Order: sequence, then C-alpha cells, then structure tokens
Amino acid sequence: MTTDSLLKVDGLRIALAADSTTYNAVEEVSFEIGRGEAFGLVGESGCGKSITALAVMGLLKRPLSLGGGKIVLDGEEIQSASPAKMRDLRGRRIGMIFQEPMTALNPLSPVGRQIAEMFVLHQDASWSEAMDRAEEALRQVRVPSPARRIKDYPHQLSGGMRQRVMIAIALACSPELLIADEPTTALDVTVQAEIIDLMAELCAAKGTAILMISHDLGLVANMCKRVAVMYAGRIVEAQPAEEIFATPQHPYTQGLVNSLPRLGERSRRGQQRLREIAGVVPSIQAYPPGCRFNPRCLRASDICLDTAPAITPLQGDSLVRCHHHG
Amino acid sequence: MAETLLALDDVAVHFKVGSALAGGVHLLKAVDGVTLDVKPGECLGLVGESGCGKSTLALAIMALVPPTRGRIALDGRDLAERKRLETARTVQMVFQDPYASLNPRQTVRRTLADPLRIHGIRDKAEVEARVADMLARVGLRPEHADRYPHEFSGGQRQRIGIARALILQPKLVICDEPVSALDVSIRAQIINLLLELKDQLGLAYIMISHDLGVVEHVSDRVAVMYLGRIVEQGGWREIFEDPRHPYTRALIAAIPDPFLRAAVTARAKARGEVASALNPPPGCHFHPRCPIKVERCATEVPALDAVAAGHRAACHFRERTN
Amino acid sequence: MTLKGGTSLWIGGILVALALFVAVAAPVIALTDPVMAANLMNAEIPPGLEFPFGTDVQGRDIYSRICYGARISLTVGIVSQTCNSLIGVTLGLTAGYWGGLWDDLVSGLTNLMLAIPSLIFALAIMAILGPGLVSLLIALGLTSWSYSCRLARAQVLSLKSQGYIQAARILGYGDLRIMFTQVLPNILGPLIVIATLGMGGAILAEAALSFLGLGIRPPFPSWGSMLSEARDQINTAPWLSVFPGLTIFLTVLGLNLLGDGLRDILDPQATTRRA
Repeated sequence: MTTDSLLKVDGLRIALAADSTTYNAVEEVSFEIGRGEAFGLVGESGCGKSITALAVMGLLKRPLSLGGGKIVLDGEEIQSASPAKMRDLRGRRIGMIFQEPMTALNPLSPVGRQIAEMFVLHQDASWSEAMDRAEEALRQVRVPSPARRIKDYPHQLSGGMRQRVMIAIALACSPELLIADEPTTALDVTVQAEIIDLMAELCAAKGTAILMISHDLGLVANMCKRVAVMYAGRIVEAQPAEEIFATPQHPYTQGLVNSLPRLGERSRRGQQRLREIAGVVPSIQAYPPGCRFNPRCLRASDICLDTAPAITPLQGDSLVRCHHHG
Repeated sequence: MAETLLALDDVAVHFKVGSALAGGVHLLKAVDGVTLDVKPGECLGLVGESGCGKSTLALAIMALVPPTRGRIALDGRDLAERKRLETARTVQMVFQDPYASLNPRQTVRRTLADPLRIHGIRDKAEVEARVADMLARVGLRPEHADRYPHEFSGGQRQRIGIARALILQPKLVICDEPVSALDVSIRAQIINLLLELKDQLGLAYIMISHDLGVVEHVSDRVAVMYLGRIVEQGGWREIFEDPRHPYTRALIAAIPDPFLRAAVTARAKARGEVASALNPPPGCHFHPRCPIKVERCATEVPALDAVAAGHRAACHFRERTN
Repeated sequence: MTLKGGTSLWIGGILVALALFVAVAAPVIALTDPVMAANLMNAEIPPGLEFPFGTDVQGRDIYSRICYGARISLTVGIVSQTCNSLIGVTLGLTAGYWGGLWDDLVSGLTNLMLAIPSLIFALAIMAILGPGLVSLLIALGLTSWSYSCRLARAQVLSLKSQGYIQAARILGYGDLRIMFTQVLPNILGPLIVIATLGMGGAILAEAALSFLGLGIRPPFPSWGSMLSEARDQINTAPWLSVFPGLTIFLTVLGLNLLGDGLRDILDPQATTRRA
C-alpha cells in the first residue's frame, strides 16, 4: 500500500435487486490508483467494470446499490458520503467521460457553454470569464478554430470532436482523477489513437490520474501502468501493463490474449486456427458456483467447481484469482 | 465458369442529398470509382473507416443499390442483367448486428427453410435435410431449430445468420463486420467458423472490417478504402508488412501495440478527423491528414498504380518504403 | 390511464366479453321483443322487478332493447374498424416500404383525412347514402383509416433498416412477401391496440350519429338512438338515458382497457440483450 495513493477501492460489493432477490453484480473488488497514475480496468460487457466506476462516482441507481466495501479518495472515505458532497466531488475532483458523447452532452446547449458551466459551478467564475476559459480548454484539446466552435451545438460536431469536448469538460477543473469508460469505442480507429494520445498528454500535464475502462486489452496495456482484468463481477488478475500481455496468469486473460488475431502474428506463425474460449459470458442471474470462469476453463478441476478462488498475491503488485494460475 | 467471380470496373455510387429548398442539393459520392476483383475461393479484406463507402459498395454488389457508373460482373455476367433470384444464389451477406439481423417472430427453422422454398425446393425431406446439415455445420444442435432468436446468445445468433447466408449455397459471401458486435471472448469462435466454412464449401469472402488484426488473419488480398476510393490494394503480406500509402500506414500506426510489433511507427499516425464524403478534399482525398503531404497532393489525384506485381497504391510517394 | 400489471387486460377483457355475450345471447337473455312489445299502458315505468331497467316512451322494455342494441353497436364497432384497419394497414405498409411517389400520395391523402373531422365526413357520406345500418358501416368504415395508416407507415420505416429485412431482400424474397411475412407480423402489436381503441371510437360515433337522427332509425334499438329518444325526458325519466349511456360507457371503457392491456403484452416480448 503506497502512501501516494489517490483512490483506494477495498472489497467493493454492488448489489442488483431483480426478480425479487438480490444478486451480487460485483464483489470483492479492490484496487488502488496512485496520484497521477494511469490504471486500466479490462473486461467484456456485463463484467461489472462500468458499474464499478459508477460506484466510485456515487452514481449507482436502483436496482443497483452499494452492498459493501470502502471507497477512499485521498484518505477520505466517500462510499457513504451525502449526495451533496458527491456532487461537489464530481467535476471538481473526479471527472468522467463516457462512450457515447452524443448522449452525454446536452443537445440543446452550445458546447462552449457546457464547458463554461464547470468553471461557474465549481470555481465560482463569472460567465464571461468562464467562456474565455472554455475557449482555452477547447484549444488545449486541439479543436481547430476554438473561437468559432464554442458556439456550436453537439450535433454539429463529428464524433471525435464531441469526445474532445467531453475531455475538455471532464478536465476543466483539473480534477485529481479522470474516469474514462470506453471513451474511444464508438470512434474510428485513426481518431481513437489521437484521442488516447490527447488524454494521456493532458493528464500527464495536469497530474491527473486515469481510471481507464475498456474491453480492449491492447489499448489499456498500451496506455496504463497497471491493468486489472474483471470477469463476471470479480477481479481475476492485476499486473503491470507490460507483463499482463506477455505473461498473463489467469486462464481468462490468457484466453483473451491468445484468441484475438493481432497484427504481425500471421507473418510469424502462419494462419493458425485461433485459440477459442469456449462457452459464453454468464449473466448476473446465472453466475456459476465456485470459480465463475470454470465452465469455460480448460484447467478446471473439482475444486474450481465449488470453491471460489481467493486472491493469490504474486511478486510486485501483481495478483491473480485462480486455483491453477500460471 | 469465369475465372473471376466478381469483377468491379470503375464502379461509382452517387446519392443526391438535401433538397432545393433547404441548403441545396448535394452529391454524395459514396463510392467514387472502384475497380476490384475477387476470384473463386479467395478472401478479400476490405478495410476503411466510417464514410469510406465500404457498406455502400457491399450494397451495390448485392444489387440493392444501382451503380451510378461502371460495371459489376458476377460470375461473368453483368449484375444488372441477372435475375434477382439467380443473384441470391450466388452472393449472400452476413450482417454486423446479430440482434437486428434475425426476424424475432420466426423460428430458426423457418428462417432457414423459407429461402429454400422460395427458390423452388419444395420437397419437404430435402428442405429438412439441408436445414439440419447447415445447423450442424455452424455448430448448432438440431433442437435449436424450433427456437426463437431471443433464446440465443449473440454468438449463436451470428451462427444462425451465417447459416442463413449459406443455405442457398452461394459462391461469394460478404461479411460486414461479422464480429464487431460480439463479446471479445467469442470472436475467435466465429472467425474460426468462417474460415472452416470457407474451406469446406469453397467460398469466396469479402471481409469488411475495421479490425486490422482480423483482416490480416483471414484475407488473401486486402483493399484499403478512403472516402469512396481504393487507396491501396495487394496481398495481405504486402499491405501489412510493406504498406505504401500513408493512410494504410496511419491505420496500422493507430493500433495500440504493447509490443511494437507493427511494421510502422507512431510517426505515421494521421491527424485530424475523417473528412466528410459530401465535401471531400480536392486532389488526394487524404492530403489534409497526411504526414508527408506536399503541394502537389492538393491538386493532383494520384492514380492507383502498381508498386510491385499485384500491389497498387494511390499515392505520389508510393515508391517510398517505411 | 394504465392500471398496474395485467389489471387493464382483465377488466377490459371481462367487459368486452360481457358485451359480446350479451350481443350473441340477446334472444335468450332478453325479456321481451325489443321492437314489437310496445304497450303504451307500460310507458315510462321506472326500473323495477318486471322491467329491470324500466320502460321507454312507447312502453318497451329498456333492458331487452339494450341487449339487442348490443348486436348493432358491436357489429358497427367490429366491422367498421376491420374495414378501417385493412385500408389503413395496406396503404401504410406499402407507402412506408416502397416510398417514393406512392408514399407521397398516401401521406398526402392521410393528412387530408386527418384534417377533416371524421364525424362531419361520416355525416356527409350518410347524407348521400341515406340512413340505415349498411350506410353506417360504409361511412364509419371509410373515415378513420388514417390512424392505422400513419402508424403502420411509421413502423415500417423504422423496421426497414433492420438487418433481417435487408437479408430477406438479399435472399430473393419479393416485395410483397417481405411486407406481409417479415414486416407485418412485427408491427402487429401497436396496430391491434389501435384497432381495439378504434372499435370504441366507432361505437361512440354510431351513438353520436344515431343521436343526431342519422344512424339507426327507430324502431330498431341502438344505444345511440335510445339516447336520442330519451333527450326530452331527461328530467322526468332519467333511466331512459342512464342505462344506454352507462352501457356505452362501460363497453368503450372495456375496449380501451383491453387495448392498453394488449399493448403491454404485445410490445417488446423479446428483450434484446446488449452484446
């Protein structure tokens, strides 16, 4: 545990109320993000990564609710903070960007005004001062002709531009933490690269830590210093970025790394059959007992069927949750 | 039987958008002069980002949209002269979204059997046999035939979509982003299935995808499109190991690569946004974003000329390697 | 208003079933002949043991007239709405699917129809055809198709881009086959709801027209003409208006609730899971 920790999530459990019973959508999730550090959370849809981010922001809505665990921001516990306190934190100390900028931006308000709002709300700026700073913010995210763009409405901008506006809004008040939930999934590949570079650069300049959430292991491993992999509501592995791709320890991560065709593989190894991961991602209502990955795992044995594996710490900061890791 | 299965000759598809009253009528050159061919049994990868025209091109090949210019020949005969049913038995399509591409009110059996009946196969036994055979080939069980789409997962629905595309025994299948909408951990299953079926049934594919890893893995040849034009085409090895067009290099450079295995460096990245197809830049469409552009690029359209045998690039600097 | 869960469906269903039962079983459950059993000696008797709903100006049993009146009202409702739906769905389906000039024409016509108050339009037709049940059916059957047309067209437009419609075209399905086997089954839900609501509307329209003296002519009983005849006695013999009025109210309410309940069942039955 480092003393320079900005966000510490400990034993997070998120409950889902459905079919007149309660399911644990997410459980035993623990991770730590240091000041200015880029941390990646990887997993497929339904694994719980997005709702983990919502929990950190205090944005869980029924039927989801915080079932247990601690969320510590800069030494202060915030999991049971009042809505007013969370509203104050959001925007000022924690910024968030989403996958679909079109739904996250107000379609009826010019983008400049939406950025300026941040300064007015959180830093007591006057509107004219805020608009000037909004223009500067647009320049920082490399939107061409910012003076004209501040008057544009979201629908007049392209997808990449809208995402830049979202970044400008999220980083307006220089928050300590930026949570990015699949920020580039809806964008073209060449634009994705630019947006990721932009985010990394701005956060480095402002000292903002990043919690990067994505299904793309390659993207996250490239951008972040440490990566955690989630499956069916649990963290199954966490390692430094360079190592998780080279030596994944959990069968699920290994499956992901080996199953996706990557550039350069065919030249090296020929057109081999991709190594599949059998089965499908389980739904929350039907999580298998024991290790949740066992129906799809090639190494599953008896113990995997009834005992959920505990966290095994590995060297350094790494950890894995598997009876047969390695 | 023609040696070339599909031949496109300077095909263009233009749409008129807008109205005279609201801002005037503009010409959207979705596809702007594409010359391509696909041989039987080969897989052509078609790569490009939004607005490049790959979807419109697919529609034109399927005879769903008439070309404004140029000729499309399927199995030697002009597409416009073929009958609808005949074309349906030659070229089919696998769609991107497994949740929208199946009729929610039809059982799997009906989805597979109806096309056979429409094409004149009325013998019940034969229809049953072919449906059962196709289900087995795509990895589904016989009892799945009487279920409805909502009872299946995304991956299984995509298998049903593939079965439907193959039930008429076409020679060419256009796969439009077949795995993009699927969970990452099941993409490999579908890619492997598509490759197996290609070998078993001797199919030719046009694989449309923005995922270069998938394209490199499955294609024999690759064509890269930008704003309605082909900017580079060649064998898969040449395209990915020795790309000669700055846009191809930009696409490769954009892939996050933890091990820096790619053939290009970060310097090759493109700048700015994809331009609008309504108002494409003059000269080389890519020049505003190109890291190596010069004045000539804004005025002179580079021709898609050969760099080596079977490898063409539309760039004034096509001779330059990385 | 929508009631929770299936309550709409149950209440609506029961009311409509009751109305249908009464219409079908009228000869059995009525007490007297609705037309012939007129006895001036029994005029305007309030509800009692012999005449459960009282008698009207001519001494006829109101309860029996209501029972037989159900036949007319429900026939009008069902037949005219079926006609409206057939016209509307065919026009809307083809307009949405084919687009182009046909769509412009149909949309223009629909807008025109929606701009004309349907009752006035029905009145005009009745004026030409003369009063009577058949004229009524024709008039009401031709005036409200625009709602189902508009709905069908909107549904088709939103469905056209669905992959399975494109797939059907690629597989060689003809246009008509696609429209009737692929599109129509998937848009039925809202159309059925409109149809049930439309039936209620037709019954009310019949009541209005008969009230104005243009629908069903005396002495045949229809709920609307019964209301019309009771106009002058509203203070002296309120039961003459109350029972027919209540019957109309309950039947139309039942149809509306049934429509609401059906919509809840027929709508997204298969929830799509995100990939």
